[in-house]
Amino acid sequence: MSHSSGRDWTVHPPFLYPDYKSTVYRAPSKPLIPLKHRLGELSGPVYGEEVVRLHDNDLTKNAAVNGEPLGQRIIVAGRVTDELGRPIPLTLIEIWQANAAGRYLHKTDQHPAPLDPNFFGGGRCLTDEEGYYKFYTIKPGAYPWGNHANAWRPNHIHFSLFGRNISNRLVTQMYFPGDPLLDFDPVFKSVPEAARHLLISRFNMDFTEEAFALGYEFNIVLRATPFE
Amino acid sequence: MPRLPQTPSQTVGPYFAYGLTSQQYGYPFPSLNDGMMIDDSIEGERITIRGRVFDGLEESIPDAMIELWQADARGQYLQTGLGRQLLFGRQGTGSLESREFVFQTIKPGSSAGQAPVIHVSVFMRGQLSHSYTRIYFAEEVALNSRDEVLLSVPPERRSTLLVGRSVIHGMPVYHFDIHMQGEKETVFFDV
Ligand SMILES: [Fe+2]
Repeated sequence: MSHSSGRDWTVHPPFLYPDYKSTVYRAPSKPLIPLKHRLGELSGPVYGEEVVRLHDNDLTKNAAVNGEPLGQRIIVAGRVTDELGRPIPLTLIEIWQANAAGRYLHKTDQHPAPLDPNFFGGGRCLTDEEGYYKFYTIKPGAYPWGNHANAWRPNHIHFSLFGRNISNRLVTQMYFPGDPLLDFDPVFKSVPEAARHLLISRFNMDFTEEAFALGYEFNIVLRATPFE
Repeated sequence: MPRLPQTPSQTVGPYFAYGLTSQQYGYPFPSLNDGMMIDDSIEGERITIRGRVFDGLEESIPDAMIELWQADARGQYLQTGLGRQLLFGRQGTGSLESREFVFQTIKPGSSAGQAPVIHVSVFMRGQLSHSYTRIYFAEEVALNSRDEVLLSVPPERRSTLLVGRSVIHGMPVYHFDIHMQGEKETVFFDV
């Protein structure tokens, strides 16, 4: 059975979404040209398990200098599958985020909230043989941005995934349940309404580690490979 | 089994550098990939690929991220699953004054009779879903003239995908500028 599948534009945001002002001069204006893949091109980066070091998936430890980072310790975990529910094993997941005060380590982040000497905010891991992944981190804070008056980004963690080949490539953001800022955020709202819940993690008591960290579940679905 | 909905894309935002291109920008987190796509184990002609990304106002963009993926000189895609991935590169446009991305790689070979090609993924603040385009080599006249993907592009827009060869200090250099909009808008594919 064939499961050819492209990017599903009923769930992905459009290139041009004027409420998010930066899209106006950066969105391609001409229609995309359909591309048929040939087998030789159904490939993409694959990494060996040895590239991941101890604590690369633990943002509470991977930059600790003289103590633990401030903030609510959390676990973010889930499974990466394709649209048919098949696990995607041993694929690289990279994440980056603001600290508990809503400040990025990035040099151009001018938000006058404190940096945390024990928090870097970047991490990575490979999914296991069954597609599962797990990060330890702290809950990121909300931060202001210049898109419109009194604009705030909801709490979020940036995710980057490769999947089986370059047609699977996904960069996205994970949000938290119940965040009142979601209703005001044009980046989140650029996603068609029926698909927005797919970006909100689920609080999962079973993922919580007693007396240590709260657990959030975020499952990620990548495209099935075209012409399989 | 019902199909599961794809997880929607979101922008890479302005602050990807320390997470995704940390070494290039001088952050203390080793990168798995950067602009150096080869090591001594990779055979083939050494080339440089550099360029800039322009917005609809023809301003060069200082916070884009480019990823390249290509075959080796024999046209084979190298996926060993061992260590870091060669022939894959990632560069932000914010570390050089010129706002260029710069890759050191080899010229790819023809794969399955098609013209040599480099796959290009483009991410930036202001792109909610990333863009995908391709680099073709202008000197590959014969193979380009029968490449099925290139032929699917309207003839007047094909030049946006072609790079010309120049030699600087003995090293072949190809310039690939990406224009998001306007007269010179680069061809993007629905991958
Ligand atoms: Fe962010």
